[in-house]
Amino acid sequence: MRRIISILLENEPGALSRIVGLFSQRAFNIESLCVAETDEPTISRITISTFGDDQVLEQITKQVNKLVDVIKVADLTERSHIEREIMLIKVLAMNDKSRTEVKRIADIFRGNIIDVGKQIYTIEITGDEDKISSFIKILNNETEIIEVVRSGTVGIARGDKALRI
Amino acid sequence: MTVERYTGAELLIKALAELNVENIFGYPGGSVLDIYDAIFNQSDVGHILVRHEQAATHMADGYTRATGKTGVVLATSGPGNTNCITGIATAYMDSIPMVVLAGQVASNLIGGDAFQETDIVGCSRPIVKHSFNCREMAELPNVIAKAFYLAETGRPGPVVVELPKDILIPDNTAEFVMEKDVRMRSYNPNIKGHSKQIKKAVEKISNAKRLVVYTGGGIVIANASEKLTALVERLNAPCTNTLMGLGGISGLHDNFIGMLGMHGSVEANKAMGRADVILALGARFDDRVTNKVEKFCPNAKIVHVDIDPTSISKTVSAHVPIVGLVDVVIDQLMAELDEIGHQPNQQQFSDWWQEINEWRKLNSFSYEKSDTVIKPQQVVESIYKHTNGDAYVCSDVGQHQMFAAQYYPFKKPRQWINSGGLGTMGFGFPAAMGVKVAFPDAHVVCVTGDGSIQMNIQELSTCLQYNLPVVIVSLNNRSLGMVRQWQDMIYGGRHSSSYMESLPDFVKLVEAYGHVGMQVNHPDELDGAIKEAFEIKNRLVFVDVLVDETEHVYPMQVRFGAVDEMWLKKGVKL
Repeated sequence: MRRIISILLENEPGALSRIVGLFSQRAFNIESLCVAETDEPTISRITISTFGDDQVLEQITKQVNKLVDVIKVADLTERSHIEREIMLIKVLAMNDKSRTEVKRIADIFRGNIIDVGKQIYTIEITGDEDKISSFIKILNNETEIIEVVRSGTVGIARGDKALRI
Repeated sequence: MTVERYTGAELLIKALAELNVENIFGYPGGSVLDIYDAIFNQSDVGHILVRHEQAATHMADGYTRATGKTGVVLATSGPGNTNCITGIATAYMDSIPMVVLAGQVASNLIGGDAFQETDIVGCSRPIVKHSFNCREMAELPNVIAKAFYLAETGRPGPVVVELPKDILIPDNTAEFVMEKDVRMRSYNPNIKGHSKQIKKAVEKISNAKRLVVYTGGGIVIANASEKLTALVERLNAPCTNTLMGLGGISGLHDNFIGMLGMHGSVEANKAMGRADVILALGARFDDRVTNKVEKFCPNAKIVHVDIDPTSISKTVSAHVPIVGLVDVVIDQLMAELDEIGHQPNQQQFSDWWQEINEWRKLNSFSYEKSDTVIKPQQVVESIYKHTNGDAYVCSDVGQHQMFAAQYYPFKKPRQWINSGGLGTMGFGFPAAMGVKVAFPDAHVVCVTGDGSIQMNIQELSTCLQYNLPVVIVSLNNRSLGMVRQWQDMIYGGRHSSSYMESLPDFVKLVEAYGHVGMQVNHPDELDGAIKEAFEIKNRLVFVDVLVDETEHVYPMQVRFGAVDEMWLKKGVKL
């Protein structure tokens, strides 16, 4: 089962490597990992998308929590939450037909064309993992994909619930 | 008045002195020479020069296991640090507090493949509780205070502090400022068990028909031995210890049913298999205990108390998990027993004890003596006899380790020192040296074998320099006994690389290092030699005992079986 783990940790050198090291050392999966400073510059927030059964997830959250640099851990998938990922995707747009079609698909998915070359469109799109994957699939039917960069999932709980110190 | 200023190296040593560190175990080299200079110029903190950095870590470890005080290791950058890795991993697996001061090349050289540069923080990351890259000299005392705090609290473990040379050199000075009351927002180990869980646990315990108290190294580390004994006596329950937990309750106590696990007693493993409630205290259901996890204790409700939440329900799911410091939780359990009006009732487990006593009658540690060959078991029995059961017994890893665990009942915690988690050959001798540093007047014996002893034998030289007269008893079977036993049992007797075909003359070797060597090869000479070895007080004695090379360690769990499926002897299943 896919899970989204949110981690607040000290913004210290090497802190990220402890998280990544832990996942590989204990054979936990990482589907995606996203990290950046928060509003409080001494704290970083990591979002890890992973999968495993309940027992594995219990170990993951406990093991992450045990790391000295980690301040808080939450499994976002336990309750109602919002997930987003951003993707930049470069596709071939050689002629009028394909340009129109790419533009149309981008519009449907609320993507923006943010760069245009002689034969290339670059599109920015935001959404959950499922939407992004569908977008790739549909574009792939329509034209040739040149390059894909995905940010990995970030997530936040719905409502009043907040992960902060 | 002018405030005194210190170099980084001086700040470091002063911080160690503030924390009452008596000795550093270490080895000098380019990046740490300023620290050695600072050590030279003061007398609060001593230094013991080993012959290999691995031994420094094991010495510090042995010192800590015997005293409870955190050991300190100092090594230079590069090979000095990488030589510490095995010792750090050993301490990590057994939850031993340790602070490793790891020299590093100057900050401006880091990352450039400088001479004797390794990324020790990176190398050690999976085997430390935490590590620090110290970059500001004035921060050194606070980093050291944090390192000790982390090493010692919660589930203890090794902490590495990387010290680049440029923060140690005399070019810069700073005032000594140290905040000893360490607080960290990201680190708050849970000490007290949750009161609801305590109630649930006591309900399970007080309604049990076949209770077993199963305890591990946590009892030893938390100094909770007396409290454990009181709890066991109050419940009149059988108590078994893991290899790491031996001495948690006296090995001579009536309620002690022996070590459990791969080479545990029949009564301990049988009791676990039949138990309806298991109270696990500071133990972690290691694979050398459970045997095949899927078949482990199918009938038991498990109450699991541990300071480390990750240990709970990692391999075996707990019905009542309790996160807390084991001695605090035992107090809570006792108080709750009072609360519900629990009276010590000798009858509650009388049927259960009858069953256990039947298994005891099998006498699973019996072995056949011979008139011509020394049996390894009898060597351990002889050591017990001539030390009145009071020695610190430090073992290496292999058959001799199991024999020592089985045939030397430990009356007190911290008396039995071995690498249970990592299983590090070469651990025993330097660990014994560390114990001797702490307790110069106590009997300290290293029970080893011809394989293990050669993994750190160079430390004989350190023992002469610092007058550390430990007694080394080597159960010499001219082979890597445990490997050979598995080859006999599982690999059709094909002894691939388990022989030691060119053993040195240990007596001469030991004498060359300036110590006393003896060799025994006949059962009639054994007792006399062991007695003599412990009578020689001021010199290191090495007793090379030629033992039966065909002997196997029994009893032994059947591979991939349940906890209580066991071989009693060669070819005899329970």
